[in-house]
Amino acid sequence: MNFTEDQIIRYSRHILLQDVGVDGQEKISKGKVLIVGAGGLGAPVAFYLAAAGVGTIGIIDGDVVDLSNLQRQIIHFTQDVDKPKVLSAKEKISQLNPDVNVITYQTLLSSENAPEIINDYDFVVDGTDNFPVKFLINDACVIAGKPFSHGGILRFDGQTLTHVPGTACYRCLFHAPPPPNAVPTCSQAGVLGAIAGMLGTIQAAEVLKYLTGVGELLTNKLLSFNAKTMEFRTIKTKRSEKCPVCGSNPTITQLVDYAQAACEIKTKR
Amino acid sequence: MAKITVNGKEQELENLTTLAQLITSNNITQPDMVSVQLNEEFVNRENYETIALKDGDEVDFLYFMGGGQSA
Repeated sequence: MNFTEDQIIRYSRHILLQDVGVDGQEKISKGKVLIVGAGGLGAPVAFYLAAAGVGTIGIIDGDVVDLSNLQRQIIHFTQDVDKPKVLSAKEKISQLNPDVNVITYQTLLSSENAPEIINDYDFVVDGTDNFPVKFLINDACVIAGKPFSHGGILRFDGQTLTHVPGTACYRCLFHAPPPPNAVPTCSQAGVLGAIAGMLGTIQAAEVLKYLTGVGELLTNKLLSFNAKTMEFRTIKTKRSEKCPVCGSNPTITQLVDYAQAACEIKTKR
Repeated sequence: MAKITVNGKEQELENLTTLAQLITSNNITQPDMVSVQLNEEFVNRENYETIALKDGDEVDFLYFMGGGQSA
């Protein structure tokens, strides 16, 4: 890959980094990353990966922009209300960095489309708001041998882990989705907008570390923080032999769509 | 007196109890919302009543967290 003069200037702060350099920037520029959900987490992830020059960014989301999204979903602007989120996100990415090839999927990730979509990417970022899709991303990535970053935020809290084949997966820690309605979503319980940025940028950094091979990923760890105290905590975890999807005798070998809690079904304005 | 580490902080227990009792004494009113690790190993929900805690055990309550995309 030969960078143009403009690209060398654009990515100079990466190229200057001893651990990244021209080689690392080449890896970033060849990277293909799928972002599931163009919302609170997907927005900062998409912005930072686009700015970093990730070669291909896929974005999947079936929603349109709502006025209540703008408090934290910073890739969408006031003029974008009612526009499909994937189109709004694509416009901003292209304005920020025309080098990026943006592929949009204006639909929900499902057991049917997940294997084919995920197959085209090197890394998957979970930026979704609901447990059925979080578990679907986990299972699809484990079965396909794809690395991914899990992210969750609620109220003043955030948590994230990175999975690469062979390390603990989301199901090793959380065996199955909680009963519908046991855990509120952001739309029910609220969330401090900046939390989405805090967690999303951690996820974006994990992607760039994975693509360049720099540092230690958040594998076999769960990072959680609370913004009220600004305490960050990393809990050690390990792959569970009994994990239903990545354990020694997996019982989940095919993808399932868990039923959504009734109150999570969105009403269009 | 036994010492148990819960979410990184030491707790002194007068009597060693089961995991289920620890969940109650930590005011976790909705156990469905947490996943429990004992000494870095995931614990199945069905075993909360039967697992007896030992001095020095490390227990982590991991909370389900959705969020990110929602309208």
